[in-house]
Amino acid sequence: MRWPLLLVLLFLLAFPPIASAMGLEFYQGLLTKIMILALAASSLNLILGYGGMVSFGHAAYFGLGAYTAAILMREGVSSGWVIWAVAVGLSALLALLIGAICLRTRGVYFIMITLAFAQMIYYLVVSFKQYGGEDGLRARRPEFGLFELTDTALYYLSLAVLAGALYLLHRLINARFGRVLQAIRENESRALALGYPVYRFQLLAFVLAGALAGLAGVLMAHYTQYASPNLLAWQQSGHLMMMVILGGVGQFWGGVLGAAALSIVEEVLQDLTIHWQLGVGLILLAVVLFAPRGLAGLWRREP
Amino acid sequence: MTLLETHQLSKRFGGLLAVNGCNLAVKTGEIHALIGPNGAGKTTLLNLITGVLAPNKGQVRFEGQDITHLPAHARVHRGLARTFQITNLFRNYTVRVNLELAVQARRGSSFRFWQPVFKEKALTEEAFRVAERVGLGGRFEVVAGQLSHGEQRALEVALALASRPKLLLLDEPMAGMGPEESARMVELIESLRQEFTILLVEHDMDAVFRLAQRISVLVYGQVIATGTPEEIRANPEVHKAYLGDEGGVA
Ligand SMILES: Nc1ncnc2c1ncn2[C@@H]1O[C@H](COP(=O)(O)OP(=O)(O)OP(=O)(O)O)[C@@H](O)[C@H]1O
Ligand SMILES: [Mg+2]
Repeated sequence: MRWPLLLVLLFLLAFPPIASAMGLEFYQGLLTKIMILALAASSLNLILGYGGMVSFGHAAYFGLGAYTAAILMREGVSSGWVIWAVAVGLSALLALLIGAICLRTRGVYFIMITLAFAQMIYYLVVSFKQYGGEDGLRARRPEFGLFELTDTALYYLSLAVLAGALYLLHRLINARFGRVLQAIRENESRALALGYPVYRFQLLAFVLAGALAGLAGVLMAHYTQYASPNLLAWQQSGHLMMMVILGGVGQFWGGVLGAAALSIVEEVLQDLTIHWQLGVGLILLAVVLFAPRGLAGLWRREP
Repeated sequence: MTLLETHQLSKRFGGLLAVNGCNLAVKTGEIHALIGPNGAGKTTLLNLITGVLAPNKGQVRFEGQDITHLPAHARVHRGLARTFQITNLFRNYTVRVNLELAVQARRGSSFRFWQPVFKEKALTEEAFRVAERVGLGGRFEVVAGQLSHGEQRALEVALALASRPKLLLLDEPMAGMGPEESARMVELIESLRQEFTILLVEHDMDAVFRLAQRISVLVYGQVIATGTPEEIRANPEVHKAYLGDEGGVA
């Protein structure tokens, strides 16, 4: 597992200069986008895969991050660090409020109520005409002091943030907290009978996932220089969910592999046919039927 | 000394009063059996005591303190641990991980986010001691779902033991067991007598009369009699309501 990982990392580090020498800037952009989506999908995988919480409203935090960045820039805040801190803080807060309510329900109710909250956020944001309404909001790139946020800087920044977040998630999942979170997914009533405050564990994971999704949203706003209502829409939640299912629910690399695979497939199919969404659906169906543990499950033998 | 006390405890499911003004007292150090026909409300009573369900009326007191509104997880830390009538394990995890989780719940905070848990040797060591205690030392690395029924019931008890409770609530530990497995379970419970106060719900009357110092009889959600095994045997009301059905135990 170590070697392939190191090779991928080296490849990603070396890619921008190679790309610019060979005129492959388009692919550098695609990789940036994939890394940002990988962060968002990995955050969803924490609660969906490891926590067993099927949230159908993850776009709320992703989109909120993007909108926070755009609105702060519009209001004259130009420091990237400040924007990041506020966006992550707000996303975490929103996840705390939504999670505190939703986690009192289970099963289908949980899915529906997370979706309902996300839709409320969507309509709320779109109703602010001064922030673009349904047209979205342009978001210039902020200043980071130490460096200028060029396309290449954003590429490396996204890589650094993704790597840092994955390292954090890896520690978390294998620490006491992560073990309990997974135990709750396996058997909630048993975990409660052992004396674990189930609700607190789930809520904390939910907030953390929201914060990471918010950070991904900020990066997305930097990338497209635009905060789109689409980022908040339920289709975006479904998209992130598809990535996790495709990559492997509760598999550590599930979010990353799913984001990469889905983005690449979409890119390829979009060029070939206008019915590309049908193709994506068929591929997802094939994965669910033939590789229930996703792409990551094909890679790793052990459970 | 009274360790656990329920006072006028009631639980309603729609039109059904599953537990109906139940008064029960368990003294420190005893094995107290709770018997009663199917549907009498025994499991519901355990759920009220452990906080899985909230009562409609009444009180639960533990060590003299009112715990009626304490959440379930907090009651475990006070010293209440239970087993389930229907085996309830982490079926996909090994005996080891099941027990490590139980030990971890008691030892230190689980809101730790950085140190890998597999490096915590103390958890494994204590988990292994508990496994040995219930005879699962040789099955430590076996996935719980692959254990025999008797072994799963033993693990069920072990999970409760690992929290080192002051009061152990056992909900039909012999459920679904053959005579051999039952005998082993009786032996295990016997071996816990010195260390734990036990409230034992059980249909197996031989086991109940062998183990219990006191017996309470629950019928339609009410305790109709409490006493020593001899007193319960001799109680005509108990006979009418319950023991009569069992035939030959008296
Ligand atoms: N969650 C619930 N919702 C509705 N009714 C319930 C619920 N739990 C139990 N009951 C009903 O309450 C009554 C008491 O059930 P309980 O399981 O406590 O009985 P019990 O004494 O444990 O019986 P057994 O010996 O069969 O285990 C039964 O009629 C049962 O159908
Ligand atoms: Mg029962």
